[in-house]
Amino acid sequence: MAEAQNSPTPNSARAGGPPPVGSTTAGQIAVAAESTVATRMSAPPSFDVADFPVPHGREEEWRFTPLERLRGLHDGTATATGDGVRVDVQAPEGVTVETVGRDDARIGRAGTPVDRVAAQAYSAFEKAGVITVPRETVLTEPVRIAVHGEGGTAFAHQVIELGAFAEAVVVLDHTGDAVLAANVDYVLGDGARLTVVSVQDWDDKAVHVAQHNALVGRDASFKSVVVTFGGDVVRLHPRVTYAGPGGEAELFGLYFTDAGQHQEHRLLVDHNTPHCRSNVVYKGALQGEQAHAVWIGDVLIEARAEGTETYEMNRNLVLTDGARVDSVPNLEIETGEIVGAGHASTTGRFDDEQLFYLMARGIPRHEARRLVVRGFFAELVQQIGVADIEERLIARIEQELEASVA
Amino acid sequence: MATLEIRDLHVTVEADNATKEILKGVDLTVKQGETHAIMGPNGSGKSTLAYSLAGHPKYTITSGTVTLDGEDVLEMSVDERARAGLFLAMQYPVEVSGVSVSNFLRTSATAVRGEAPKLRTWVKEVKEAMERLNMDPSFAERNVNEGFSGGEKKRHEILQLELLRPKVAILDETDSGLDVDALRVVSEGVNRVRETGEVGTLLITHYTRILRYIKPDHVHVFAAGRIAESGGPELADKLEAEGYEAYTKGGASA
Repeated sequence: MAEAQNSPTPNSARAGGPPPVGSTTAGQIAVAAESTVATRMSAPPSFDVADFPVPHGREEEWRFTPLERLRGLHDGTATATGDGVRVDVQAPEGVTVETVGRDDARIGRAGTPVDRVAAQAYSAFEKAGVITVPRETVLTEPVRIAVHGEGGTAFAHQVIELGAFAEAVVVLDHTGDAVLAANVDYVLGDGARLTVVSVQDWDDKAVHVAQHNALVGRDASFKSVVVTFGGDVVRLHPRVTYAGPGGEAELFGLYFTDAGQHQEHRLLVDHNTPHCRSNVVYKGALQGEQAHAVWIGDVLIEARAEGTETYEMNRNLVLTDGARVDSVPNLEIETGEIVGAGHASTTGRFDDEQLFYLMARGIPRHEARRLVVRGFFAELVQQIGVADIEERLIARIEQELEASVA
Repeated sequence: MATLEIRDLHVTVEADNATKEILKGVDLTVKQGETHAIMGPNGSGKSTLAYSLAGHPKYTITSGTVTLDGEDVLEMSVDERARAGLFLAMQYPVEVSGVSVSNFLRTSATAVRGEAPKLRTWVKEVKEAMERLNMDPSFAERNVNEGFSGGEKKRHEILQLELLRPKVAILDETDSGLDVDALRVVSEGVNRVRETGEVGTLLITHYTRILRYIKPDHVHVFAAGRIAESGGPELADKLEAEGYEAYTKGGASA
């Protein structure tokens, strides 16, 4: 694939390093200015929306986002309507499903809102969902949280808590049409294992902005799979911190950005604890005019986080002209006493030469595209581990490709 | 008997906002079982001929005809040409990330043969073909042309030639960039296909070296966008001794 590689091979424990920051337009790379995780946010984290100025679009954390399409989530004009989202939870036996008031002590323990929309969601939600998997409970079936947009505006808060040594798979499935701002907390007890699959399969007009906070306990293992297909604007902010040593976080993401869609994934892994690991792999395909994907991958290794091992990667496959990718990996290292740290970002085009090569072997045009896109996503699809979601995903990829051929 | 007929083929390419004619009336007939070597200096249009026959969108056919068994090749899309029995072994095969060689070969064979090969016989067929080309089995799991050495790319092209069994094979500078060992392996592969008698071969090359391994029935000298001279194998010997100078004088070459 005619790859424009804007960050070389994984570099080991190299604080700062060469400017890894890349912004791509239709397969071309331009190097942007470097900034750091700590200094770039326009206000410190807070649960209160009043602590954040209304963004104007030039702030580091907002500069890629089309504010005018956020339907007022960022400036206080959006208000909750009765017909926001319908939430249905299916949970296997042994799981506690509750709806609680704002004052419940379990809310907000995994992280604090870091931008105005997350703080707005926190300030505006009325009831929170709390799902608890008690200690040492090992689920054999996933917990399914279906969030279906009913056309209105909603502010939501969801807590998913696993006791020590509990194991669970949670599917957070977003469909329909809504304007939704949300915070999701994942709290993992010591030795717990949680896989969360968050599917953004919204209708065309939906706007979804959410912060996902994971607090990974000692020797616990957190796996997040984010799958984004639909929506007008989807902006997700998965964040991970560790509550004790030995924790592991795997963050996988897969997006298919169509004409006119804005899909933004901003990640932060804060290595604040020694001997933890993280691995981030996000892959996206883009097609159509004004398709815009943004990936910000921040990894911070704090001075005390000795023995850290981390790697992050973003790959994009641009299928047509007119699509735009902004991919910004950022690794900040405050200690040299680590096992390894690296990052990479590549954006490749499925170009005419590749198409010619495959067609010259008898493979029809649409089949050639399918071959390339399915191959591109295959390793991530396998990571989901929930059969019906994998099948739905493959079907959606096929559907997207069919649509583009038509 | 399958026959590729090229008549008065004119081809242009857009470059620097200008239209440039590269092929200026090519006439050639390649029959099943025959091997034609097309030799010529750089820039004479040899590769343009190869890519035009395969249907590369960069080239515009302005006049002339190409038929395969009477069927109009120029009317066909690139994949239709391949399914009709044309094969182009490329000088610079491109990388296709995320697609394994094994997946690629099977998809291609399914398209060209019109049905999916039976899995058991297919696995054996691929394995044996790879062994004959001295290719390690792990090769099948790598992504198409990704990180391949020059020799590996050419072996991979010839592997496809063996598996797809075309009526007419166009080999575009398959010998370039190969060391003697790789050249021998690749040539043996081409010869195995030729020995079936079922393929017409158009061997495009800059050097006479490969003709020691693959013996042509006909040799054509390509210069300035057309065939300047045709003859038997002895013409290659003449080129070996005298070079292309006689054909490039007067600055006719592009």
